[in-house]
Amino acid sequence: MWLFDKDLWVEIFHTLGKNMFRTFLTMLGVIFAMIILVLLLGSANGMSNGFDKVFAGTASNSLFVWGQSTSEPYKGFERGRRIRYKIEDADILKKQIPEIEVLAPRIELGSHRGIVSVYRKGQTSGSAVYGDYPEIDNITKKKLVEGRFLNNTDIKESKKVCVIGEETYKLLFEKGEKAIGQDIRINGIFFSVVGIFKPNNNINIDGENAVFIPFTTFQKAFNSGDRMGWMAIAVEPTTKVTFVEKQIKDILKQKYNIHPDDERAIGSFDMSEIFNNISAFTGVLKGFSFFVGMFTLLAGVIAISNILLITVKERTKEIGVRRALGATPKVVKRQIVVEAIVLTAFAGLIGFAISVGFLAIANSLWGSGDDFPFVKPMVSIPQFTISFLLMVTLSVLIGLIPANRAIRIRPIEALREE
Amino acid sequence: MIEIKNLHKSYKMGSNSLHVLKGINFSVEEGELVAIMGSSGSGKSTLLNILGMLDGADSGEYNLDNVPIKDLNETKAAQYRNKFLGFVFQSFNLINYKNAMENVALPLYYQKVNRKERQEKSLKYLDQVGLKEWATHLPSELSGGQKQRVAIARAMAAEPKVLLADEPTGALDSKTSYEVMDLIQKINDEGNTILVVTHEPDIAEMCKRIVHLKDGVIVEDKKVEQVRAEQYV
Repeated sequence: MWLFDKDLWVEIFHTLGKNMFRTFLTMLGVIFAMIILVLLLGSANGMSNGFDKVFAGTASNSLFVWGQSTSEPYKGFERGRRIRYKIEDADILKKQIPEIEVLAPRIELGSHRGIVSVYRKGQTSGSAVYGDYPEIDNITKKKLVEGRFLNNTDIKESKKVCVIGEETYKLLFEKGEKAIGQDIRINGIFFSVVGIFKPNNNINIDGENAVFIPFTTFQKAFNSGDRMGWMAIAVEPTTKVTFVEKQIKDILKQKYNIHPDDERAIGSFDMSEIFNNISAFTGVLKGFSFFVGMFTLLAGVIAISNILLITVKERTKEIGVRRALGATPKVVKRQIVVEAIVLTAFAGLIGFAISVGFLAIANSLWGSGDDFPFVKPMVSIPQFTISFLLMVTLSVLIGLIPANRAIRIRPIEALREE
Repeated sequence: MIEIKNLHKSYKMGSNSLHVLKGINFSVEEGELVAIMGSSGSGKSTLLNILGMLDGADSGEYNLDNVPIKDLNETKAAQYRNKFLGFVFQSFNLINYKNAMENVALPLYYQKVNRKERQEKSLKYLDQVGLKEWATHLPSELSGGQKQRVAIARAMAAEPKVLLADEPTGALDSKTSYEVMDLIQKINDEGNTILVVTHEPDIAEMCKRIVHLKDGVIVEDKKVEQVRAEQYV
């Protein structure tokens, strides 16, 4: 197999090495093309990673369900009736729909998105107050700055504890003041702070100015009985959210005597839709940058072909001598094509090294993803392998142009004295 | 060694056709040193190109070492050239980025001789032309005579049946010319068959036989008393 013929490689590296300047100029096009390709792909990846980070901690396959007012009269009820769920609904839904992984009931103090006065030592914050189960943390993860989130013991013993948002902390406490173990007062009842959470800088459903207390404590403290405000539901990864959404609505509609065609009575929000949109967006972005990068690469390889074409003309005499000394057309062709491949591959690797360096710098400058979605910009190994193989294949095809030109040189013409 | 019968060759120049070789009959025995003479346009270079399989004849027969040379494709021609023929050109045609030894080794590379043997052989032939110490020098560092000697070593390295020299002294001054001819004579003394195309009578006198071409036909073919180049060196 000629590919492993040491002499061929020695001959080729000799030819390229003895003509360094020409070799370098030839490679420039591919070096730049590779830099552009890798930077584009890397940035697209960085963006995709950035979005992933933004949504980290939010269960992507999830939905939220709450009650609104009916828009159709049904079974003797007038339209405009407010739908209020009961805590038992949570169990009914979980039992009837096995695709539900987590169901976290929640109740709010005051009206929806309502604001309640929270007091501490003469300071007041208007915050949202939620009664929650610890499971909510599996759907929208809270970044805790200090302390802990609600746990099952809190629920079981209806402890008067709370987790507060950073914004709430700032309103109620002095800067640097320790909040864990301190009491805050809501509607005349004292709750001890066990944790402080930070906004997730992602989709923020709860807001930063919020107080979470155990659901059971909420029931007792604020006399909410068996009412339930809304549900956060995580669905099995393999099941479509819309499928579960419909089942939930059907069950609830039947239970609360809602007209089957009433679209307004039950409010819901499908989280997976956002995720799908964004992953479609980053997918298109990646595909587009790959596409653009590949064409840039094609241009670079064509540049190599062009310069080889020029050098073939310049090397007419050399090729003529080689032919006169017994180089068959095949050998000449092979040499030119392998020169093209080696140049392309080598240039590609140089470009790759340079661009990876750029990406590493970009990563250390902006890679934390705090300001905008841009995390770990880098190309994956499959991406690199595919583009590299494509590039080498292109170089073979395009190296054939100067190679065929080279073998059309007849030794007699090449050797003709001027 | 070489047998040519009724060889014709013409070139098309637009609508005219130029009849360059008009029936050449010619044979060369092994060990001969033949000068092919003629003014420009006499067809001597065309004859050499056909002998060198760089060009094909229109009609006629050409046998080289009893092998008929006919209807060769480029690949076959390259293989025959590599196996049968060594070329020496007027302008040396060394590859400028290869040193003397690498230039000499090139035909051996195309013969698929392994690297070590290539080096040994090329050093041996460089030694024969007296340029062993110059093995690692690039052509640009050599004088014209030295370049031609490297070219001769390169032609000899493949151990060809016939050495074809096209105006080997055309680009050299007379002293260097005689040095090169001295070398060619010595190679011939060892029994190698050599054809030299030249238009210089003193160079032709240094061969053993002179073939005179005029307007595409051989007008004279005589054996001569060889003048040794040694005495002028």
